[in-house]
Amino acid sequence: MELWIDILIVLLILTNLKLMGSSRLSACIRVVALQGILLGILPLIAGHGQIPFRVMLLSAITIAVKGMVFPWLLLRALRTSNARREMEPFIGYSTSMLLSVGLIGLAIWMGGRLPLPVPLKSPLVVPLALFTIMTGLLAIISRRKAITQVLGYLVMENGIYAFGLTLAQKEPMLIELGTLLDVFMAVFVMGITIFHINREFDHIDTDLLTTLRD
Amino acid sequence: MILTLILLPVVAAIAMLGIRPAAVRRCLLIVVAAAHAILTACAWVNLPAPALDGWLLLDAPGLLFLGITSALFLVVSLYALGYLSREDWGKRQDFEEGFLFTNSRESVFLCCLLLFLGMMTLVTVSQHFGLIWVAVEATTLTSAPLIYFHRHRRSLEATWKYIMICSVGIALALLGNFFLAVASTLSENNHVPMLVSNLIQSAPQLHILWLKAAFLFLLVGYGTKLGLAPMHTWLPDAHSESPSVISALLSGALLNCAFLAILRVQQVCVAAGQGAFGQDLMVGFGLFSMLIAAAFILRQADFKRMLAYSSVEHVGILSLGVGIGAGAGYGAMLHAVNHSFTKGMLFLVAGNILAAYHNKSTRDIKGVLTVLPISGILWVAGFLAIIGSPPFGIFLSELTILKAALDQGQFVVAICYLLLLSIIFIGMATIVFQMSQGRPAGLPAEAATNPDSSSFLIGGESALAVIPPMILCAVILILGVYIPLPLQHVLKQAAVTIGAY
Repeated sequence: MELWIDILIVLLILTNLKLMGSSRLSACIRVVALQGILLGILPLIAGHGQIPFRVMLLSAITIAVKGMVFPWLLLRALRTSNARREMEPFIGYSTSMLLSVGLIGLAIWMGGRLPLPVPLKSPLVVPLALFTIMTGLLAIISRRKAITQVLGYLVMENGIYAFGLTLAQKEPMLIELGTLLDVFMAVFVMGITIFHINREFDHIDTDLLTTLRD
Repeated sequence: MILTLILLPVVAAIAMLGIRPAAVRRCLLIVVAAAHAILTACAWVNLPAPALDGWLLLDAPGLLFLGITSALFLVVSLYALGYLSREDWGKRQDFEEGFLFTNSRESVFLCCLLLFLGMMTLVTVSQHFGLIWVAVEATTLTSAPLIYFHRHRRSLEATWKYIMICSVGIALALLGNFFLAVASTLSENNHVPMLVSNLIQSAPQLHILWLKAAFLFLLVGYGTKLGLAPMHTWLPDAHSESPSVISALLSGALLNCAFLAILRVQQVCVAAGQGAFGQDLMVGFGLFSMLIAAAFILRQADFKRMLAYSSVEHVGILSLGVGIGAGAGYGAMLHAVNHSFTKGMLFLVAGNILAAYHNKSTRDIKGVLTVLPISGILWVAGFLAIIGSPPFGIFLSELTILKAALDQGQFVVAICYLLLLSIIFIGMATIVFQMSQGRPAGLPAEAATNPDSSSFLIGGESALAVIPPMILCAVILILGVYIPLPLQHVLKQAAVTIGAY
């Protein structure tokens, strides 16, 4: 089982790198969808012995929402806009990749310095979570298109979710569902806003939204 | 009882979508706001029983902020009644850039408004950290469509910044929640539930390192929503571009909800003997927010942005008050009440000025006192109140905080506090007096038509536009002279709860 967890974690790290390295927006959306599905599988193989019903249910909902509903919403928003590629991001692709590698190192170093009160099945879970959060933040600040920023937010949320999985203490079902519902609504509202931005401005470049300032 | 408080606005919000006649919808808004206020008043008289296994419970800080939210919402919904009937629902020209735009549908607007009230109520009664998070994020999502009520590019830009910055901030708060969960894992099979009371009870056993990390993330996360500098960047845009009704609620009610979320963590920190850690951070953020506000209020060109930066200043003072601790906690709680009503009133009056002048520029507008006699007087009174001159309430609360700082020998903090307050006084005074005095200028070229001729007029202004701010003005005036005993009691209890009495 430990082997499977490590394989899954490596795959998740690769999805982050792929996100930072691709310029085609539809490819980015698919990568984030894959990441959502992998994250949904993680609790299934990270548990001890028999998988409780509530874990299975939550996994199914996670996969459905993060792997299918979000990509569908975002691909729809992308189709209505005329953006296809991330043009000239603030931080170039090769620089982003190098930065990401640096961030992996940072995440592993930080993960080693945070003593968890309960031992984990794989020591890589916390570094993965931290790396995913940092990738999300990097995507939000270094990309211009509104869709990529939403993807960054989603990736960051995935990282936080992965950190939550490491805890032996499970939050009550109500809270987990509430959290998921909020994230869903957030992406929904952001999708609608992107639609309006595109209609109003004929582009979805957030760095051009500069009317309001002091 | 607690459940009714939350469900009432939510159910009414859904009903709003199905109701056709505008008059019925507006009546429903008032009825719900009044019913919510009455229920809240009942809760003040007789503390309701906890619901859902103690997840929903009203304690002193919750009761205080619920009271502010409910009272402000009632007054603001009265104003909204007049506002909605004065609005032009067809295509119309933008005041600033001249392009055409429409409003979003009234039913959607009212639906979101009531959902917003329901979610703010949920924040004030939640005792579970997870539930608080869910509710705070829900307030962001329900208020985003309200900011985008006037469908034009500036409000769209403000909405985008608001959702993006607040969502990322609140995501950090979620990470803080998980850190708190780690801190409360005592051993493999022994966890403290994430309820405020349970965490306080077993506070000595919590992992201090993780608790501190949790506090940091929750402070930054909810601080983004609160508008603490340097996470405040969404706030001036959202407050200046949304309709004045919404600006009043964002400043007067929503900021308090985020503040309450931070107070909950501080409660746990105090119980774990780490109160000083949180307090130092809050003093730092508080003074920095006041500094940023002072820098941007000086020579501000847009009067709604000026009010927004003044909100940044006042959340800074709230944070500073809690940070100074002993004695200042009472002042901070009182300040929350005073600031909410004062800023609510100022934004409503700003709405009246904007409606008459079709202009937000502090340099073009002159002679508000002549053009709008009642709103003009309220504008000046509100200014005097917000900068903390007697006999208004803010004078009292700012003085309490100053006194506590001096009593504890924190002279550097006290000097910075006074210095920044006086800079802001100068900045706002220049703008407000230039706007209110002099010969009228900056009015739109064609004579302002008054589509609301059927309603009562007071001093040439529609009654529904001036009575709500008048009520708020009376409230802050009374609070400056006399604080009713029940309120005094709750303020004291709240200060004790957060360990700053």
